[in-house]
Amino acid sequence: MIAWTIYITFAGAVLLLIMPRVFSRWIALATTAAGLVTSAIALFQISIVDLATFNTIVRVPWVPMLGINYHLAVDGISLTMALVTGLVAVASVLFSWDVEHRPNEFFFWLLLVVGGSYGVFLSADLFLLFLFYELVIVPKYFLIAIWGSTNKEYGAMKLTLYSFFGGALVFVGIIAAYVTAGSLDLQQLAQFQFTAQLQSWGFPVLFIGFAVLAGIWPLHTWAPTGHVAAPTAGSMLLAGIVMKLGSYAGLRVAMNLFPEGFQMWRVWIAVLAVIGIVYAAGVALRQRDLKFVIGYSSVSHMGFVLFGFATANVLGVSGAVLQMFSHGLIGALLFAVAGRMVYRRTHTRDLDALSDMGLGRGLPFAAFSFVIASAASMGIPGFSGFAAEITILIGAWKAYPLAVWITGTGMVLVAAFTLRALKQSFFGEVSAIALGGSAAPSGGAKQFSTSPTFPTSNAERSIHLPENLGPITIAEKCGACLLMFATLAVGLYPKLLLDRIMPAVEAMRFLK
Amino acid sequence: MSYLDLLKLASPEAIIAVTALAVLGIGLASMRASGICSFAATLGLALAIGAVIILPQQATLLHGMLVITPLTSLFKIICLALAFFTVLLARSDRSSRNPGEYLAMLLLATIGLMLLVGTEELLMIFIGLELTSLSLYIMTAFDKTDVRSAEAGLKYFLFGSTASAFTLFGLSFIYGMSGTTGLTAIGQKFATQSMQPLLFVGILMTLVGLAFKVAAAPFHLWAPDAYQGAPVPSAAFIASGSKVASFVVLGKIVLVGFAPVHGSAAWHAMIAGWSPVLAALAALSILLGNLVALVQTNVRRLLAYSAVAHAGYTLLGLVAGGRDGFSATLFYTTVYAFTLVGAFGVVALVRRETGGDDLTNFSALSSRSPLLAGCMAVFLLSLAGLPPLAGFFGKFYLFSVALRAGASHGLLWLVALALLGSFISLYYYLIVLKVIFVDEKPQPETSPALGNLGEGGDFLQRLTLAVLAAVVVFFGVMPTMLIARIIASLP
Repeated sequence: MIAWTIYITFAGAVLLLIMPRVFSRWIALATTAAGLVTSAIALFQISIVDLATFNTIVRVPWVPMLGINYHLAVDGISLTMALVTGLVAVASVLFSWDVEHRPNEFFFWLLLVVGGSYGVFLSADLFLLFLFYELVIVPKYFLIAIWGSTNKEYGAMKLTLYSFFGGALVFVGIIAAYVTAGSLDLQQLAQFQFTAQLQSWGFPVLFIGFAVLAGIWPLHTWAPTGHVAAPTAGSMLLAGIVMKLGSYAGLRVAMNLFPEGFQMWRVWIAVLAVIGIVYAAGVALRQRDLKFVIGYSSVSHMGFVLFGFATANVLGVSGAVLQMFSHGLIGALLFAVAGRMVYRRTHTRDLDALSDMGLGRGLPFAAFSFVIASAASMGIPGFSGFAAEITILIGAWKAYPLAVWITGTGMVLVAAFTLRALKQSFFGEVSAIALGGSAAPSGGAKQFSTSPTFPTSNAERSIHLPENLGPITIAEKCGACLLMFATLAVGLYPKLLLDRIMPAVEAMRFLK
Repeated sequence: MSYLDLLKLASPEAIIAVTALAVLGIGLASMRASGICSFAATLGLALAIGAVIILPQQATLLHGMLVITPLTSLFKIICLALAFFTVLLARSDRSSRNPGEYLAMLLLATIGLMLLVGTEELLMIFIGLELTSLSLYIMTAFDKTDVRSAEAGLKYFLFGSTASAFTLFGLSFIYGMSGTTGLTAIGQKFATQSMQPLLFVGILMTLVGLAFKVAAAPFHLWAPDAYQGAPVPSAAFIASGSKVASFVVLGKIVLVGFAPVHGSAAWHAMIAGWSPVLAALAALSILLGNLVALVQTNVRRLLAYSAVAHAGYTLLGLVAGGRDGFSATLFYTTVYAFTLVGAFGVVALVRRETGGDDLTNFSALSSRSPLLAGCMAVFLLSLAGLPPLAGFFGKFYLFSVALRAGASHGLLWLVALALLGSFISLYYYLIVLKVIFVDEKPQPETSPALGNLGEGGDFLQRLTLAVLAAVVVFFGVMPTMLIARIIASLP
């Protein structure tokens, strides 16, 4: 039944091409909602015992000459990821309710990304997984290059080339595994004993290839530019789902197929992950563009996922999977607030400019959502981010105590930049500028030396804007509430997912 | 064997020859009868396809001068189908003033392709090559009003005749060493002989001519000019039909005739033979084609350089050798040919409406004609090797076969190079797609003519393009349909 998520999504995409544009967003909403409901039912209907192993649900010969099957399978990990895909997909459609420019095409590409992601999470055939993985690349390009904002063509091309570069590495790894083992079936490959020599080079090639998409340092630079350039729904999908494709496939394919290679290289993964966590958080602290702050925070949070993998124990890896779920929601929510609620209304994401507007009063719901998202992102207990990160850190304590300390400083930095962004964007001091006009030019001249008129217009805005902002629409409220509810639910009761994730992780080969 | 038998078994070729003469006659009788001409040509091609299907699947004529095997039947059908689509797309080309003569040339070239595919004999191979080449030279230079067409024709002719001379010289060496012109007999002869330097000279010279036909670097220099200057249908046919047949015959020559001198192209374990030569050609083509394509601003020239790169990928299968390698090469080149006919079809329509085929002529195509834009996206993304299109599967098949071929992944270096190449290629394909889908404003000086592209264009061409795009998607989703046939037809 979960397989229908893929079919429904692609059917919806095809339907969009032939239906008139007035229906486009409704079709997209219905399609993604159907996907969400299907994956939620599948997750809670299948018994926990069955979720411990990677069980086949569909298996049809596809290209028998080459041993390629259309083979889908599920376990606790893939269903968790399917659920977050559904949640983020619905939310991203709701947050693009205002797309008027070529809406059919927009939702067509969006649904291709979603459908391809479902496909990656459910594939049990290496060829099929790679097919879905590559399928996501081009839609991302068009989503960003056509509907994006700042520097969109550059950001789109950079992201696409990085993804494709990762894909090329993955391709080498996949073919090497295929011609050695003579099979593409993940269940069979997971039993196959590859030689140590192949594992020693096959693992890094595959894992780094996938990790490009997960934003591993130093190959993360596509992420901030891509996120910033993307339209709101695009950044939500990127942060929420697409980055998880990389980490999921790294876990499912690279680590599970080449366990010895993983043991050889895992220290280096931990090093890169920790550098990524601290470095990205440090960079985020210095950003002035709200979306750049969130983009770097995504890299930092994905660093936790990779760090969790590198621990190579059940707790660490399960925490990493939970972090994928959690950051999917939080990242999407942060981008939704920054991109749709704030930028679409104020047409600026500059933190200094925003701080003059006092958005906390103008857009109380946006402020509320952003506070929740920030709290979850910082790892305040009660939200999913806390549950995930604490699990990772407990797991990591056994493996790399020193790294946990360094990661701790990273978490402090995360809190610092999140609070800074929160304060400047929503709770800036309006009165200081509105009253003391002399303060604005001196501050403004330094920051906007190219546009001398900006300080005055800025001062005008600060007085007028709060009334001009359109109200938060129903669609936005629904989307935000959906994400907030999910992150709170998992934060308060992480057992809900961990019970399903941990047995599946225990069944993986690299732990033994 | 009676002449009646000969006529019966060679009926597809005979049908095409008669059609060519008929089309020529119609063209003579009335200069404006382009509709009737192309109808007659398509009819003849369709009849020929039917004749290939109903003929017996196994026959030998004149001691192997002409053979019929499942492989030859399959590729005759493919060549005929490519000619069929080219004829349909050629209708949109206003520049061709003498449609009868043009189509007759195209049909003669098709006969050449069928001879190439359907023989296992060095002399017939050469005759087929020459028949194809001479027809294609004329087709390239056909547009008398365009100086670039003449330049392209001359370049193609000069390079081509030199390459043919090399091949003929090489073939004479091979004949001298083996005393026979039948490929199978040559293979048996070489298996028992010791290797001689003269043999390698012969092989090398033979490969030169064929490398020219498939536009592998460094014998590609004619391709950019021919692709850009020739009338669009000619370029499409050069890039598709001629290429498929050349790969079939190249594969037959090296894998059947030269099988004993395969050699090895594995890293650190090179053994002299033809496969290191082909590996070097492939590596050079991939690098050069992709890198030079990066800076092109004319879509046809870009396609030409990408064709060089694709010739490099396709050679990978032959380097790997064996039945798997040959079938991977054949699958890739077939898919590539259909893709390229489609891409040139889009170029032809855009050129007709906007008067050029530079990147700027494509800007905002998606808002002018969503169908053309969508088809072009399918073709280009298939060339770039993205799923679920046929090019993706073709690359997967080729690269996995190549990696499996050498002991301990000996060809990994070539596969890695090919992947690097396809990584580079995505950039320039995306640039074209960016111009089509992302750029908003069409060029002001071309805008008055643009209105036609939306509605006024020819329905038949659009249908053909849609069918070709569907073929590319179909072979990507159900590659079995073609691969099973290819594998079954290989001995």
